[in-house]
Amino acid sequence: MWNYSAKVLELFYNPLNQGVIEEPVEPEYAVARGEVGSIACGDALRLHLKIHRAEDRIVDAKFQTFGCTSAIASSSALTEMVKGLTLDEALAITNRDIADYLGGLPQQKMHCSVMGQEALERAIYNYRGIALPHHEEDESSLVCTCFGVSEARIRKVVKENHLTTAEQVMSYIKAGGGCGSCLGVIDDILASVNAPKPLTNVQKIAKIQASLESLRPYLQEDGGDVELVDVEGDRVLVQLKGACGSCASSLITLKEVIEERLRQEVLPSLIVEAV
Amino acid sequence: MTIYLDNNATTRVDERVFSEMVPFLTAFYGNPSSMHSFGGQVAKAIQTAREQVADLIGALPSEIVFTSCGTEGNNTAIRSALATQSDRKHIITTQVEHACVLNLCKALEKQGYRVTYLSVDRNGMLDLMELEAALTGDTAIVSTMYANNETGVIFPVEQIGALAKSYGALFHVDAVQAVGKIPINLQNSSIDFLTLSGHKFHAPKGVGALFVRKGVRLRPLLIGGHQERNRRGGTENVAGIVGLGQAALLAKQYLGQMQSVQALRDYLETSILRTIPDTVVNGQGSPRLPNTTNIGFKYIEGEAILLLLDREGICASSGSACTSDSLEPSHVLRAMGLPYSVLHGSIRFSLSRFTTREEVDRLLEVMPRIVSHLRSLSPFSSDEGEWLQERTAALIPA
Repeated sequence: MWNYSAKVLELFYNPLNQGVIEEPVEPEYAVARGEVGSIACGDALRLHLKIHRAEDRIVDAKFQTFGCTSAIASSSALTEMVKGLTLDEALAITNRDIADYLGGLPQQKMHCSVMGQEALERAIYNYRGIALPHHEEDESSLVCTCFGVSEARIRKVVKENHLTTAEQVMSYIKAGGGCGSCLGVIDDILASVNAPKPLTNVQKIAKIQASLESLRPYLQEDGGDVELVDVEGDRVLVQLKGACGSCASSLITLKEVIEERLRQEVLPSLIVEAV
Repeated sequence: MTIYLDNNATTRVDERVFSEMVPFLTAFYGNPSSMHSFGGQVAKAIQTAREQVADLIGALPSEIVFTSCGTEGNNTAIRSALATQSDRKHIITTQVEHACVLNLCKALEKQGYRVTYLSVDRNGMLDLMELEAALTGDTAIVSTMYANNETGVIFPVEQIGALAKSYGALFHVDAVQAVGKIPINLQNSSIDFLTLSGHKFHAPKGVGALFVRKGVRLRPLLIGGHQERNRRGGTENVAGIVGLGQAALLAKQYLGQMQSVQALRDYLETSILRTIPDTVVNGQGSPRLPNTTNIGFKYIEGEAILLLLDREGICASSGSACTSDSLEPSHVLRAMGLPYSVLHGSIRFSLSRFTTREEVDRLLEVMPRIVSHLRSLSPFSSDEGEWLQERTAALIPA
């Protein structure tokens, strides 16, 4: 049996905001709808938002959900979370926010929170007349054809939730959970999203400078100091000052303290040299 | 109070089984292999149990090998058939087998064996023509269930066995769900191996048996001492075996009473179909176990149903994707080609001789409420809500 939080069970047993919002008669309001999932996938959500046009604000939200305990609880949580928010505030909600609101979800059920976030985004995009960014109907961009998941969606969920394994991707958006033939592609996407980006020279120098600044107080306690002279590729040229300049153990300071610190905080390939 | 309608998962140990077992956990703790009378009396109890199990299935006592569970029996039979006929490299099984058979076959495929997985029709039934077409002189073993754990559909095992024999293949039957629920007589049968498991008919977990027809060679899975006449090493699970024997004795006595279990099952089934719209019984067109019904509640999801039943103290199970670690709904219902609107909302109720009319009535009282509550949440219904079905049909291969 799944280990659901008390909040999940509360919203499952007594869901808030279930149902539909009819088209309003008052001209100052509009209704936006977002639909995600399908009966084949095993869960689906249709989200209804009542929007105050002038304020660009969600004044009411309701849901219709086909799915398991956590799908129903996630939908209900989402409607509670968005009421009163402006559309821009609502767009900032991530699937993790929904899961947190619920006191967490079992890993295998995280896709329920993703479904909520996606329905919200769709409803707002529909209202604003913006084309959806996922291009799921575009067969060529589909990675997982069993569950209809595009590369863009996988990248988004990996980034926002700091995912590292294909199993996690499966739990969050089901990709790879059908025939499994796309698992290799998902591994490649994970590798490319999680690969550290090379630092620009400006970033590198700024980080080295900051790192040295944090070391200076310790050196100053011993009557010494350090100053960055230049950076040439991986070579960091520094000038040791004061007591450090003449101290017999200055080489140890240079290599074991300064270089070690820079390698940990900036780049493991750095070499520190005194000039 | 718990209303237990999940007897295909496991059953309650009968009090009489338990009381037969207790002395073998306390006073009679001897090793049946010992050369003293203290151990010898334990060996006698095992022999009695062997006769009781044999009697339930119309076998000879010498044809019974005690095991630890159904998985062990299935592994032993299939691996033995391959080991004793090393010139044959082909296995035939079905798409709806228990995971222990399917996963074993997948592992054997990696070792170079060829496996045919027979399909089933909408009613969960095999096509014997497909079996005949798959059989060759290279087929070492045909392994099928006697009855399906999810739907209760009963396969025509004697016909399957006769076909297997005509190609010189061995025939194994996983009868874990059938034993104790329907009469089985292995005298003059085409079955070479038959697996049974105690906890499915009111014996404890951790004990089972494999029937091996006299004259069929057996290569043991566990190599050890001389226990079970060198066919299964390891000191005997004496209390479990005694319990299995007692459970077999009781099961035979109660076989006649399975008609009343079936009457209760039929009452449950027809009442639900009558009172709740958009429901279907999966596998209804095939012969089925008397205690099992698998009902699809369209447009809602199984795990949600189970949780609401659980709150009422009612235990059942579902083949829904959300109840498993994987994202796939039941392989059995998918093999039957059922539509997704039925697949995800299918619930299995499995009864036993302990199930009462009052318990079924309680289920019938709460079920319509649960279904209508979940349907009120659902965007799908019979008349409206085709909004995504079509789109998905294109995306999801059947």
